[in-house]
Amino acid sequence: MLADRDRIFTNLYGFQPWGITHAMQRGDWVDTRALMAMGQDAIIAAVKESGLRGRGGAGFPTGMKWSFMPKEPKPDRPSFLVVNADESEPGSCKDREIIRHEPHKLIEGALLAGYAMRARAAYIYIRGEYIREAEVLFAAVEEAYAKGFLGRNACGSGYEFDVFVHRGAGAYICGEETAMIESLEGKKGQPRLKPPFPAGAGLYGCPTTVNNVESIAVVPTILRRGADWFAGIGRPNNSGTKLFQISGHVNRPCVVEEAMSIPFRTLIEEHCGGIRGGWDNLLAVIPGGSSVPLVPAEQIIDCPMDFDALKELKSGLGTAAVIVMDKSTDIVKAIARLSYFYKHESCGQCTPCREGTGWMWRVMERLVTGDAEPHEIDLLLDVTTQVEGHTICALGDAAAWPIQGLIRHFRPEIERRIARRKGFVAMPEALPQAAE
Amino acid sequence: MPKVTVDGIEVEVPAGATVMQACEMAGKEIPRFCYHERLSIAGNCRMCLVEVSPGPPKPQASCALPAAEGQVITTTSEKVRKAREGVMEFLLINHPLDCPICDQGGECDLQDQAMAYGRGYSRFAENKRAVTEKYMGPLVKTVMTRCIHCTRCVRFAEEVAGVEEIGALFRGENMQITSYLEQAVTSEVSGNIIDLCPVGALTAKPTAFTARPWELTRTDTIDAMDAVGSNTVAHSRSGTVIRITPRVNDDVNEEWISDIARFGVDGLRERRLDRPWVRVDGRLREASWAAAFASIAARAEGVPGERVAALVGPMAALEEMVALRDLLTGLGASRIECRLDGSAVGEAPFADRSHWRFNTTLAGLEQADSILLVGSAIRHDAPLVMTRIRKAVRAGAELFVIGEERELGAPATFLGDDLSALAALPEAFLRAERPAALVESRNARAEVLAAVAALPLVREGWNGFNLLHTDASRVGALELGLVVPGGLSALAADPPELLFLLGVDEIDLAPFAGAFKVYLGSHGDRGAAAADVILPAAAWLEKPGTFVNMEGRVQRSLRAVFPPGDAREDWTILRALADRLGVRLPYDDLATLRRRIAHEWPQLGAEGLAPAPWVAPDVAGFGAPSGPTVRRSAGFYTATPILRASPTMAACVAEIVEGRKPQLLEAAA
Repeated sequence: MLADRDRIFTNLYGFQPWGITHAMQRGDWVDTRALMAMGQDAIIAAVKESGLRGRGGAGFPTGMKWSFMPKEPKPDRPSFLVVNADESEPGSCKDREIIRHEPHKLIEGALLAGYAMRARAAYIYIRGEYIREAEVLFAAVEEAYAKGFLGRNACGSGYEFDVFVHRGAGAYICGEETAMIESLEGKKGQPRLKPPFPAGAGLYGCPTTVNNVESIAVVPTILRRGADWFAGIGRPNNSGTKLFQISGHVNRPCVVEEAMSIPFRTLIEEHCGGIRGGWDNLLAVIPGGSSVPLVPAEQIIDCPMDFDALKELKSGLGTAAVIVMDKSTDIVKAIARLSYFYKHESCGQCTPCREGTGWMWRVMERLVTGDAEPHEIDLLLDVTTQVEGHTICALGDAAAWPIQGLIRHFRPEIERRIARRKGFVAMPEALPQAAE
Repeated sequence: MPKVTVDGIEVEVPAGATVMQACEMAGKEIPRFCYHERLSIAGNCRMCLVEVSPGPPKPQASCALPAAEGQVITTTSEKVRKAREGVMEFLLINHPLDCPICDQGGECDLQDQAMAYGRGYSRFAENKRAVTEKYMGPLVKTVMTRCIHCTRCVRFAEEVAGVEEIGALFRGENMQITSYLEQAVTSEVSGNIIDLCPVGALTAKPTAFTARPWELTRTDTIDAMDAVGSNTVAHSRSGTVIRITPRVNDDVNEEWISDIARFGVDGLRERRLDRPWVRVDGRLREASWAAAFASIAARAEGVPGERVAALVGPMAALEEMVALRDLLTGLGASRIECRLDGSAVGEAPFADRSHWRFNTTLAGLEQADSILLVGSAIRHDAPLVMTRIRKAVRAGAELFVIGEERELGAPATFLGDDLSALAALPEAFLRAERPAALVESRNARAEVLAAVAALPLVREGWNGFNLLHTDASRVGALELGLVVPGGLSALAADPPELLFLLGVDEIDLAPFAGAFKVYLGSHGDRGAAAADVILPAAAWLEKPGTFVNMEGRVQRSLRAVFPPGDAREDWTILRALADRLGVRLPYDDLATLRRRIAHEWPQLGAEGLAPAPWVAPDVAGFGAPSGPTVRRSAGFYTATPILRASPTMAACVAEIVEGRKPQLLEAAA
């Protein structure tokens, strides 16, 4: 359990205005110049020591990512920071809360992170559908400029740093870092081949680091309170606080900042009022947003919610978008809906994802009603392995994993539906449906 | 030079090579669809996956991965086999598999690789995707359901053709390749996307459903539509050339050809001169060879040599030009002119071989760091030179143009349409390390040549003085010295009584109204209409011929088909006519004729590019050029009689130049 004094996002629920006056009262922009005076390498070292791992899903150590940036950028090839606010993962809604209610944490973090990696400017790429959030962000950047926190002499440090806000057009794939760079450049949002990695040649061919909103927004507090404080929360290698977004069949769905490695049971009991219908009614959980495999109830209940523990369950923390499903859920239909999402959002650039996502979705739709042959389950599993790991970006993996998780844990359910459709097994015609 | 191991074979690869290149050096075949060595790397088909260690545990796209020291590459493992099989399956699930009615059948990468790397059966039980046809103009037929989205055509249009008119719409499995607003692609090299397309999505519209590749006889030929001398293959069946495709020659055309070289060939079947004609009482009448020769002999009787002259047209091969020269020499005549466009090159002080050549060479032009065009019709004059310039510009060269402002498909600085700009060129050009100037032949007046020759273009190891010819015959004719002092206007001022026209259709013959005109050519065009005697000759694909391209490169073209009717090879006509006129030409067959050429002009005797060291011309005494550049008068699709006879080129004019969509489409819309 995270103590209130350890919370970073103190206005997560918007009980106070987001504006700069109130943000400064909450501690944002307080003597940022002193933090910058620590020095660029010291900031990177502090972030490394804090053990902060990227909050966008992959969990790559943030400080290490920054250290890949050139130490002395050339004048004709400036470095850039791109902040990924294209939060489109089904289940995820944390960046939205940060931008709505704590935009100055993000902007201050962008300055500090950009300064540390010797970036000339930060581009915040915000999801197109976040209209009100974009308005807040535009206004907040204006406020920061008006106060002299950004611009030619950011915070009086003598460092020149600009922040640009760019609105996306609503494509999930633009949340992939290189597709985001393409989109920022005005091209069709399609992931690039790697190598070269963005730190070598990113936005406009210049060194670029792409970070999630949450990774950036926690940086000022880490620097103010010290890396040890942040590293002291959670299990080793999974340190810090994290915004969990619990949705689905809990009594009170919410976004909450909690310590990493909090057991699933505690998270649900303390913040969400328990599972709807009690713990015995829990069917499965997708612990990290739609692209990680689901975990059945018995495995997740006492699992610490962090990167490594969930990886051991062959799933992942992802963005910590916890989707809880109770026993009223048509689990096959739920995963089929995710398959439709990936089919719809595939950019179409590379073959396995373009062709495979549609195939997988169509088979999934038939499995929902059992209109399939038993061997098609294995066929589907084989198709997912043909997509997984063969694509340019991770969307192919993300499309394959939910189906693999389903077949791994709920194969008997699929087989039962096929058998019932063939008339071998008597079963009630109407399946229980999730109540909204 | 990193060393890598491919399936246990150790190879050393050049720095910067990709894993795919390393595999090929080790003799391993890597299947691919999107990768093309002359285009940027897309890495999207995922067919070229191999296992690489050290590296991630998943297979890597070998086309995009740099080869690094100590890599161990596996191309034959079960994992790789399965990955290829998987990608192949994905490519085929939404492919219509309509090979029996597909024009690509027999030369289809998808067919071949499905045989080699795919499963023999389908596991896909869902409905297939279908895509509506896209209109890309009169040359490219689309069946987009067959498209595998390799984006080769998109990359070609953008990178090589310089027109950003092809792209992908929509996302995921709905992705469709199309031209911008479904308009005709306005590129002079658009036909190359047909060759690039690895499947049957883009095929040749003019030859749709006419032939299968295995029915066609392939003949190596040289393109004569412009002066680039593109290497081509003529595909013929039953005495008809069905289509023309490029042959790889990195020094000349890489592996592209222009649309007129590819699609003008159906002009060989239209408006042909297939028998001799003689003008009787002001009207042309059919005649026999004997009668035609007799009428020439009757008219030539008593005409002194200085009253005899000849003009050489744009598509003449070296052999007939030599025969014509020998015939006129035998008649005591020396006035033969090849420069029909007002060029002054070939006359003193620009009479050295290095003055009319493309001295950087075509491939060498890519090394230029600053390029000056005198005249801006290059996209129509020589589309494949423009692709080289695009490459140079992509590598950082600057492009300056004196002439009318036109879209060149590459960023260019226009210096105004006044030749006086030659006197005030930008520093960037004058200070360049490897500057190249390209003077359009029609703008190569003596004072222009003098001004360009005075520029600092020539230095140790670099000669940037280039003449941009448009006629396939021109450099060969200049090498033979087929030049009249003062050019065409001098000839017109002192018109001959007997004039031989070797395929001359481009100029106004009114100044020669009083002359008895003997026309040798293949098509009933302007020159034939004005002639007194028409001698039907073979077109360029119908005879073995030697062409000298604008670089001075000697290339031999073979006979693909025979000429129609009574038409004969040009040099044999001249040989027979000479006999009738009492001149003995010392050759009875092609080999002897070629031996004579090799003996007299050694540089023309063997294929290849003979060196031509720079001889600085004496440019003193020429005034500074001024006034606007001479514009190209011919359209791109109507430049030669063969193109003017071609129904396909007529469609190009209607749909691309005039922007009309074919009636069927209009009716549907």
